[in-house]
Amino acid sequence: MSIIIRKDQWINLAIIASTLWFIWFASSHFDEYTVRILNNIAIFTILAVSYNLINGVTGQFSLEPNGFVAIGAYVTALLLLDGDAKSYQFDIEDPYPWVLALHANFIWALFFAGLFSALLALTLSFPVFRVRGDYLAIVTLGFGFIIRILAINNPEITNGSLGLNDIPEFSNLYWTGGIALLAVWGILNIVNSKFGRAMKAVRDDEDAAIAMGVNTFKIKTFAFCTSAFLEGVGGGLLAALLTSISPDLFTFFFTFQLLIIIVLGGLGSTTGAVIGTVLVIGGAEWMRFLDEPMNFGFFETPALPGMRMVVFSVILIFVMLFAREGIMGKRELKDLFKKAKK
Amino acid sequence: MILELKNVTKKFGGVTAIKDTTFRVNSKEIYGLIGPNGAGKTTMFNIITGNYEATEGDIIFRKEPLNGLKPHAIVRRGIARTFQNIRLFKSMSVMDNVLIGFDFQAKYTYFESILRFPRFFGEEKRIKKRAMEILEYFKIAEFSEQKATDLSYGQQRKVEIARALATNPVMLLLDEPAAGMNPSETEELANLIKSARDDFDLTILLIEHDMKFVNQLCDKVLVLDYGKTIFEGKPADAIRDKEVVAAYLGDFVSHD
Amino acid sequence: MNFLEFMQQMVNGFSLGSMYALIAIGYTMVYGVLRLINFAHGDIMMVGAFLGYFGMAVLDLPFVAAVVLSVVGSALLGMLTDKVAYRPLREAPKISLLITAIGISFFLENIFNVIFGGTSKPFPVPAYMEEIVNIGGLTLPASALMVPAVTLVLLGAILWVLYKTKYGMAIRALAFDVNTVNLMGIDANKIIMIVFGMGSALAAIGGIFWAVNYPSVEPMMGVLIGLKAFAAAVVGGIGSVGGAVIGGFIIGFTEVVVVAFLPEYGGYKDAFAFVLLILVLLFKPTGILGINFDKSRF
Repeated sequence: MSIIIRKDQWINLAIIASTLWFIWFASSHFDEYTVRILNNIAIFTILAVSYNLINGVTGQFSLEPNGFVAIGAYVTALLLLDGDAKSYQFDIEDPYPWVLALHANFIWALFFAGLFSALLALTLSFPVFRVRGDYLAIVTLGFGFIIRILAINNPEITNGSLGLNDIPEFSNLYWTGGIALLAVWGILNIVNSKFGRAMKAVRDDEDAAIAMGVNTFKIKTFAFCTSAFLEGVGGGLLAALLTSISPDLFTFFFTFQLLIIIVLGGLGSTTGAVIGTVLVIGGAEWMRFLDEPMNFGFFETPALPGMRMVVFSVILIFVMLFAREGIMGKRELKDLFKKAKK
Repeated sequence: MILELKNVTKKFGGVTAIKDTTFRVNSKEIYGLIGPNGAGKTTMFNIITGNYEATEGDIIFRKEPLNGLKPHAIVRRGIARTFQNIRLFKSMSVMDNVLIGFDFQAKYTYFESILRFPRFFGEEKRIKKRAMEILEYFKIAEFSEQKATDLSYGQQRKVEIARALATNPVMLLLDEPAAGMNPSETEELANLIKSARDDFDLTILLIEHDMKFVNQLCDKVLVLDYGKTIFEGKPADAIRDKEVVAAYLGDFVSHD
Repeated sequence: MNFLEFMQQMVNGFSLGSMYALIAIGYTMVYGVLRLINFAHGDIMMVGAFLGYFGMAVLDLPFVAAVVLSVVGSALLGMLTDKVAYRPLREAPKISLLITAIGISFFLENIFNVIFGGTSKPFPVPAYMEEIVNIGGLTLPASALMVPAVTLVLLGAILWVLYKTKYGMAIRALAFDVNTVNLMGIDANKIIMIVFGMGSALAAIGGIFWAVNYPSVEPMMGVLIGLKAFAAAVVGGIGSVGGAVIGGFIIGFTEVVVVAFLPEYGGYKDAFAFVLLILVLLFKPTGILGINFDKSRF
């Protein structure tokens, strides 16, 4: 390897350095509300870039995030709560002894959250990737419901519909921002390798990819399991940020939000996924006014809970029909610099 | 002999697409599969590449049966193909299209790519150099960073053949390579296929309608009609064969 | 469990299966012509149920008139989604179509949530449907007999359309090859629109039956029912109308039987369809009567 640092590497270093500086600055200067939104943005960045890997880069339509985020959140919560804290809060049924025995520090908890999600994704890969067709979408949609049903019906593990509370609040901007940075780096490394090329080939033309000797089952499974791993980790960070979780937290709206993020940013672009996250998570905060009563001076509309969701779905349909490429198309940051040079 | 089909039959539901076909392709041969539309030529390709499973019969490649192998595994054994209607990866550059062919030859793991191990850089450098050599051979190196689908039709055809060669095949299957080309492009392509055969040590099996092209290029032809073999031999003799002429209803005459 | 109880459960299974079947037909027909999982289909069923509710509770229409309103309204909505949202994307990558379908689904759920509120509304079931019928000691509400009967009649009608009319032949031809339909001199878009109209009309009837049985409607009712009906379509063999009906009955009976015989698994009732879907994908992806869409055309 040469020691001379190329231009794009300088740009990358500058981005990493300024992100780290921003994390430090925000944690020490911003108020609690802003920091909470920044934490959300960091976690959703992890989720969006990994969701984009299976949907945008590999082109396999999937609706998995809420399921795997739920798994990650529960695994992390069960590992972070110690035996006493668990036996104290399990009100519906007594927890199994092995549930009480589970305990790990934050980093291992996040790792196991990811690993467990990835293993479940691996199991789902066999029924859905061995056949042609968009079964991944419907199976992952169902999977989200099943996880909820399992969480409600196994109070010995999950405390049922009451959920888990008093989870130690380990997440902060250093954790969420740091892992987000690592996730973006890892995903970009995959995209810019033979695996990423094969994923794009599967998206563009699956038959032609096979004719090039690409094992498409393996490639789709890699993409899906990687997404699931990071979604599990993201769920763990979320659990340690919110400090209490319940089955109703991880509804389909969670997945829908991520879908809008990656579609708006440009399906297939990791840079786009990051931009989409900032826009949608920031925008969702701002759009809270839609659900509330509105005063136009001369008349006042009643509160319309759910109006925000209507606006979200209209945005999604609109982007698909009239601006299918989203903001970035399939381009990345480095492609923009290339254009600028010409 | 490098490829042998023994009594291959393929049925779709009740329809017999290929009936009891036997033929052998020798090493370094350019072998043509010809016949009118619907004769079963592309079906034959799809059986060899493993996209369809033969209802009956065996496919032997380099002394080993290919029956039951997955299509991507057959590519790795050394059979590459192109498609009748060019199918390049439309979001990718010419270079990346060719690099896909090296997918299974680049020796680094998923984790090595995520963590950017030294082996990743070494292997990427190696396959990029070899991809460039192939592009240079086909005189399309100057387009390497352009989107593949932005190239002219003739150039796209070359990218597709280059991409197939990147899989390091022993045998190349070309599905109507000259379709949609003008006479001078066809001429150039024929020369290119011939020289590629010699320079890359290839055996070539091709489907073609253009009899002039077949005549000029093929050492041997097999004529199919509704799934049945009606002739096997030198292309020059095929044109004189009564049954072949009848099958084409005088197609040859108008072409010459 | 005695014989009567067993028969009671069988009738319940038949009734539930009929509803899944009616909804599954729409999934399978749209998949046949467009290779699209129409995520909005379950929500069209919800709209059908709500139109029935609206007709009776708000407009004070008699039941039959409310059904007509619901069927016509849903069919128009189905055709409208095709025209506005799906048709512009015929040449686009498949994933755009699927995302749009999810968008439509989420839109319908939430716009009804905003208009009618998220709580479930009691459905005004006409008295003659709640009347208890006694057949050899078996006591059933009249609706439990009407649902399968109407389903069988509708199935007969659909099969007649598909196999005996010119448009039906075009629909079946379209499932295999667009060119054949164009050769027949029929506009493929028109056929697809008819398919959406037929599927949505059947879903509306399924939705009304659902509302009569449980007697309530709510904006999210289409999500889980839709998912199960899609599973039914895959189990029976996606692309096949007969298969959708068989799959609907299999899922309906499984739910009823497991809840009746293994009550401790009652909490997992909604998961059975999903497990069946996974098993079918693993061991027989073409389903029971399936057509092999698997092989791409080279």
